[in-house]
Amino acid sequence: MSRQSKAEDNAHGASEQTDTVLSVEQLQKSFQGVTALDGVSFEVETETITGLIGPNGAGKSTTFNVISGAIEPDAGQVNFNDEDVTGLSPVQTSSRGLVRTFQIAREFKNMTVLENMMLPPKNQRGEAAWRSVLPGMRDNVQADEEELFERAWEMLEFFDIDHLALEDAGTLSGGQRKLLELARALMIDPDVLLLDEPFAGVNPSLERELLNRLEDLRDRGRTFLLVEHDMDLIMQHCERIIVMHQGQTLVTGSPEEVRSEEQVIEAYLGGEVT
Amino acid sequence: MSNATDPIGRRLPDSIASYWEQDLIKIFSTLAAVYALYLFVGVLLGYDLFGQLNSLRRLTFLIVVYGIAALVVNLHWGYSGLFNIGVVGFMAIGVYTATILSRPVAGQNPTGSLPGFGVPLPLAVVAGVLTAAAAGYVAALPSLRLRNDYFAIVTLAFAEILRITFKSSELQEVRLFGWTFGTGGGRGIRTFSNPVQTFFETSGQPIVATIEDIGLNGKIVPDWSFVLVLLTILIGTFWLISRLSASPFGRVLKGIRDDEEATQSLAKNTSSFKIRAFVIGCAILGLLGIVWQGASSGYVTPDRFVPELTFFIWIAVIIGGAGSNTGTIVGTILFVGLILEGPGQVRRVVEEFVGLSGSVPTFPDALSALVSGNIDPVMLYFFDQTSALRIIMTGLVLIWLLKRRPQGLFGDRQEVASSIDLEDRVNKRRERGSGAQTSGGDRN
Repeated sequence: MSRQSKAEDNAHGASEQTDTVLSVEQLQKSFQGVTALDGVSFEVETETITGLIGPNGAGKSTTFNVISGAIEPDAGQVNFNDEDVTGLSPVQTSSRGLVRTFQIAREFKNMTVLENMMLPPKNQRGEAAWRSVLPGMRDNVQADEEELFERAWEMLEFFDIDHLALEDAGTLSGGQRKLLELARALMIDPDVLLLDEPFAGVNPSLERELLNRLEDLRDRGRTFLLVEHDMDLIMQHCERIIVMHQGQTLVTGSPEEVRSEEQVIEAYLGGEVT
Repeated sequence: MSNATDPIGRRLPDSIASYWEQDLIKIFSTLAAVYALYLFVGVLLGYDLFGQLNSLRRLTFLIVVYGIAALVVNLHWGYSGLFNIGVVGFMAIGVYTATILSRPVAGQNPTGSLPGFGVPLPLAVVAGVLTAAAAGYVAALPSLRLRNDYFAIVTLAFAEILRITFKSSELQEVRLFGWTFGTGGGRGIRTFSNPVQTFFETSGQPIVATIEDIGLNGKIVPDWSFVLVLLTILIGTFWLISRLSASPFGRVLKGIRDDEEATQSLAKNTSSFKIRAFVIGCAILGLLGIVWQGASSGYVTPDRFVPELTFFIWIAVIIGGAGSNTGTIVGTILFVGLILEGPGQVRRVVEEFVGLSGSVPTFPDALSALVSGNIDPVMLYFFDQTSALRIIMTGLVLIWLLKRRPQGLFGDRQEVASSIDLEDRVNKRRERGSGAQTSGGDRN
């Protein structure tokens, strides 16, 4: 299994790669006087799984919201693929290939799993209303749809949820929804995926499976930044770890480096690290 | 066992339920049931053939025009989550634009009627539709940032502003750059002659002659022909909205309805989709305004466009179930047949058989008569209030629906948004998948 061995290589030799795909500099954000972000700076290297950790209220979700454009920072800058994307809307950031998922899965409940999967891809000709209607044009749209179906099907197979293709997404279990949301985000073909607690509510065996999928995808050129609370999981599977506390970046480094800062972390995280 | 999810399908025996699955059967059997009811009432009232045909024509006319409006509400609310309760406003824009443009210019108009711009009718109709679409764009642009309930308020206010504007005496007759035109104010405005009527009025129409030969009133030919023209528009609208909803465009609309923020984070410019869906619907409403309020009676007043009409249209959609075109049409047939026109029919039957006579008493008079044992004044009073009866029945139906079936008759139906049959593709893939496994097994 060459893929697996490559994954192993990557897990251990990630520090060799130094291309930065996403970086934030000195992000500031306060909500009605309460400071949420107070100078957050970090870089995410391309083709890595990077973990963003920190206690509740450290500002992880706010950081995600600022990066994806859901909220605008008071100060600071977000760079993505050498472009300043600060203050762009979620539509604009996701169009550029910076896609997020949500802490609580937000699948389209009243649509089938397959429809969920076929919605995101960009530049669908059938999104122009008249092309979907006029007989001559509609042939092209149908051809696109056939292609799109094949892609969606492969992705569903990859995540092992193809048996649910025709089910309403609202009927899926919590774990299946997480899988669907991740699979759906991948249909945009993003460079960077921001995953907000992708394993919350997912049972351990599914979690392992999901992690294998992520590593597989990383090896195919994608970058993941994930917020997670499970320290063991982060330590085992992330090449880089960013520790946040009280709206600031505390430590950034490899799991080993972060572990060596254990004293600091223990002090801040209240001994959560074992 | 049948797997129908709607309350009617579940109660049918399996052999029939499989037919019920088909949308056309649903529509036509509901229509047939309501037709049968009206024919029965017609027999009770002793209608002749002309009377029966005319009663059905009136029913069909209302079903068709309400159906077109209900389909637009379904596009806006059912498929896109746009809470448009200004439906009548866009109809008013369409008919008033077409009318003012097509009125003959001053000096050439028949005496007493308001002059206009003398634009040929087909062009005026196109202009009316485009103006309604433009009005939809203007109304949608600032308000799409608002939440649903606020969007509803904006559209309602928009329609009311239009109605009051058309009613204002300042705009009754205006002189501008040598042109004389106007809205006619509260008195209304003569629209244009119905082309279908005009066509059949030219003497020597063979169809009219044939009908009259067999002893029928020739008037039913143009009347029914006009209904057929409207029916064509209904079928076109149904087809258009079905295609739109079963497409990548409709898929994004569905996504917006479910979770707009999630749709945005998947690189979809949701405002653009919402505006386009809204404008398409408003254009159809403009056309409907022209053919319904403009062409059918030859006269239009601002008071036709009261919010009540919008709410009636909404109720038709709610009964059928938002999110399903078929449900919307079935809901419209039931609403028009039973709630809108039902009280009037019952009244006619009661009048025929009970032989009510005398002037309509006031409510206290009716009550005191009831106390003294005379039920006639109460009946007389009750059945004189047809419009109030409609509202009462509407309320009862809504309460019943909210308790028993909030999603409407066919509201929980799955209509997959794709230009291809995804179920079929999935089944093919699964077959291929299991086939490959078997053949792999053979090789081993």
